[in-house]
Amino acid sequence: MLKQVLATLISGSLVVAVGAQAQDTITGAGATFPYPVYSQWADAYQDETGTGLNYQAIGSGGGIQQITAKTVTFGASDAPMTKEELDENGLMQWPMVMGGVVAAFHIDGFDGESLNLDGETLADIYLGNISNWNDEAIAELNPDVELPDARITPVYRAEGSGTNFLFTNYLSKVSQDFADTVGEGKSVAWPAGVGAKANAGVASQIGSTNGAIGYVEYAYAAQNELSLIHLENSDGNVVEPSMESFMAAASNAEWDDAPGMYLVLTDQPGADSWPITGASFILMHKEAQDAEASRRALEFFDWAYANGNEMAQSLDYVPMPDNVADMVRESWSEIQGSNGDAVWQQ
Amino acid sequence: MATTNTAEKGSGLGHLSEAMQKRLRRKAQIDVGFERVLFGFAFAVLLLLGAIIASLIVSSWPALQRYGVDFFTENRWAANVEVFGALPAIYGTLLTSIIAIVIAVPISFGIAIFLTERCPGFLRQPLSTLIELLAGIPSIIYGMWGMEVLAPLLRTWFPDVFPAGTGLATAGIILAVMIIPFITAVSRDVINTVPSVMRESAYGLGCTTWEVARQVILPSVKGGLVGGVVLGLGRALGETMAVTFVIGNNLFLNPTLTGQGTSIAALIANQFSESDGTQRSALLALGLILFLITFAVLAFARYLLRNSTGRHA
Amino acid sequence: MNTTTTSLYRRRKRLNQLVMAACLVATGIGFLFLFAILFTLVSKGVGSISLSIFTERTRMTGGGLGNAIWGTLVMTCVATVIGTIVGVAAGTWLAEYGGKRKMAKVIRFINDVLLSAPSIIVGLFIYAVVVVPMGNFSAWAGVLSLTVIIVPVVIRSTEDMMQLIPNSLREAAAALGAHRWWIIVRVCYSGARAGIMTGILLGFARISGETAPLLFTSLNSNQWNFFQLNNEMANLPMTIYQNMTINSFIPDLVSLAWAGALILTAAILILNIAARYFSRQRS
Repeated sequence: MLKQVLATLISGSLVVAVGAQAQDTITGAGATFPYPVYSQWADAYQDETGTGLNYQAIGSGGGIQQITAKTVTFGASDAPMTKEELDENGLMQWPMVMGGVVAAFHIDGFDGESLNLDGETLADIYLGNISNWNDEAIAELNPDVELPDARITPVYRAEGSGTNFLFTNYLSKVSQDFADTVGEGKSVAWPAGVGAKANAGVASQIGSTNGAIGYVEYAYAAQNELSLIHLENSDGNVVEPSMESFMAAASNAEWDDAPGMYLVLTDQPGADSWPITGASFILMHKEAQDAEASRRALEFFDWAYANGNEMAQSLDYVPMPDNVADMVRESWSEIQGSNGDAVWQQ
Repeated sequence: MATTNTAEKGSGLGHLSEAMQKRLRRKAQIDVGFERVLFGFAFAVLLLLGAIIASLIVSSWPALQRYGVDFFTENRWAANVEVFGALPAIYGTLLTSIIAIVIAVPISFGIAIFLTERCPGFLRQPLSTLIELLAGIPSIIYGMWGMEVLAPLLRTWFPDVFPAGTGLATAGIILAVMIIPFITAVSRDVINTVPSVMRESAYGLGCTTWEVARQVILPSVKGGLVGGVVLGLGRALGETMAVTFVIGNNLFLNPTLTGQGTSIAALIANQFSESDGTQRSALLALGLILFLITFAVLAFARYLLRNSTGRHA
Repeated sequence: MNTTTTSLYRRRKRLNQLVMAACLVATGIGFLFLFAILFTLVSKGVGSISLSIFTERTRMTGGGLGNAIWGTLVMTCVATVIGTIVGVAAGTWLAEYGGKRKMAKVIRFINDVLLSAPSIIVGLFIYAVVVVPMGNFSAWAGVLSLTVIIVPVVIRSTEDMMQLIPNSLREAAAALGAHRWWIIVRVCYSGARAGIMTGILLGFARISGETAPLLFTSLNSNQWNFFQLNNEMANLPMTIYQNMTINSFIPDLVSLAWAGALILTAAILILNIAARYFSRQRS
């Protein structure tokens, strides 16, 4: 009796297993910044075509690490690799989606909508030089606001991430002091404050800590209804983080001029440009180890460029303009199987 | 355990028939083969530990060679500028474990004494069983609880000490909660090994419960109790999931109790998957340090446990 | 004279009451913490438990934990089978042949070290020797790291249980002309079976909740993976971990994590109780 039950169970699950294996899965790993939108695309794509996508958000550094080690079909990173680094590893990269990193804060009993800061003050807060919200530097930037006497708790990302890269890249551009003591990078040592896990962890830590300030990808701040800092951009205007100001910054990007599509969009000129904007990149090997897997991945990206814009916007990401998408599609001819043929055709 | 081998020494078999002798010899060969196979598996355990240590040493060598003493004196772990100081992580590991022990030991001993000496009979078995069951809860559950319940509580109750709720002390408390069932279970077992004759004679002399515990039970099982505590310490030192949610992840050496810091295990969990080159090697060197620390602690615990009563896991 | 003895007696009595009260308070605090954890687990987890949790794969919106529960079951079972073979064999050698030999003492000590080795170190080790050469994260890597953790548990309990078998039984069998391997297999194992089973079950319970060794080995997946041990495999602890960190901006996924935590803890507690039942059968 028991044996029969077991046999039925095993053969049953084998049938299911074979069925499931027929639809092959694309594997990718990397940045957490675009994770919500990639996952939404993946679910929709799987519902539509049956091809699954397993995207593991282990951090941008992890994405580069895993694609270099060839443990995944594609890697994702918010910090682009330079042309030399790409060539060295036989990789190519392209931007998939853009977004903004925003600074958010939370002060108990503070009824103002937002606060204005400039890059230098923000850097000083993260260096621990400014440790109270009623500091003169902040007061000067916010003449009309009554600032509370509250200790500032900077919140940052605990693990290596592209969000870290964009934020520290911006602070290093605007503050020499910051560039010298902390420097830019995916994983840095912060002199003060609290490290939380992932964008979501930072957002909830800000929301629950009196006097906290932190930086997250815009979608996460919107989700947690955090108060946002308005930042002074390189033109000297104080701008509000929004889809429009991200697009304004992105419109400066000239992808066709960038070797290896290496482009960091922080501190861009333009009256309305949000200063901490960035693109998230996909990395793949030019010499496909498994041509079939690479083709499946490219089909997914093609689909995402064509059908994913609405989903991206609903999650507060900036989709890539169509001309950039076409340019990227063309560049895919460089990804070739062992026989020298491009794995993906338009 | 040594049972004498069943007689198959050649000389005694002379009176047996040829075929019989052959059969016996074959069976003896099976015996030898059987032992060899078993020994092979036991030896594999040795090899396993050797392989773990060897792989850690080999892969951490580049970082140790490059940084040398600096690895143990630098006060920050900054991957972007390739400055790797193990001090913040070592400090956090030791401090959280010490906080955990300081909190957990009195509570665990209290529970153990209560369970063995004072607990009403009908409660003794259920409570002991419960403690042992709780020792099996996966550590990630403790981490989740720390993040979702303990940290917000600390933040609301002591906003001046724990402005963010997370930090070394928070991690220490979580570790304490995690090892309480463990230390309690070991201590209770150890205390139970004291012969009841000893207890009864002390009570017969008019001793109070505390005097019996203090002057009869504790001296006779001291080694076992300390061993149990050190084993708990070993757990706390290497714990990853319970700590990484609440430790605050500051990579600078902050000589604070309640402030943010990091531990070796938390740092590895946060950075390993995204690391390469020197950073990866440095993280593996941290792993090696952690392994050596727990190794030393465990060796010490075993030494104490062996010298007292029996063996306790 | 009389007054001094009474005051001494009083002092002793008061001290005793004080200490016993402290013990009671300690017990109260200890159990308060532990009940608080169980309470949180149940109150946050029970709400989202439904049938679909067991049948649907993990998704960003909706979905369940089916693939993760399945993956944890598969990996834990395979690791337990391998761990049992290795552990029982090694434990038998220690108990039956090792005795007081130097080699046995060393192996025993090493086994104790492995028994309490930080599980994240095991993950690092398997990453270096399995994931890197294989070229991708895989269920096999996860299985092997769990095996490294369960083997010492099984060795220890096997050895302890075999040592409980009285020598007179072995001698009786030997006197009847039984060979040593036969004595071990037929006499010792049948006597120690319940105890060894207990050890295996406890080991099974322990590895089913391990997260740290899976971080760098099996990773995780949002797909169903039934028997493809060469690929990534979803698993419950990692899914809980990810839902509490990178996915924690989606409230549904956080409640799924708590539901998963409740299922995992309940399963582990049941396994522990089963182990207890086995060991009671012995005595």
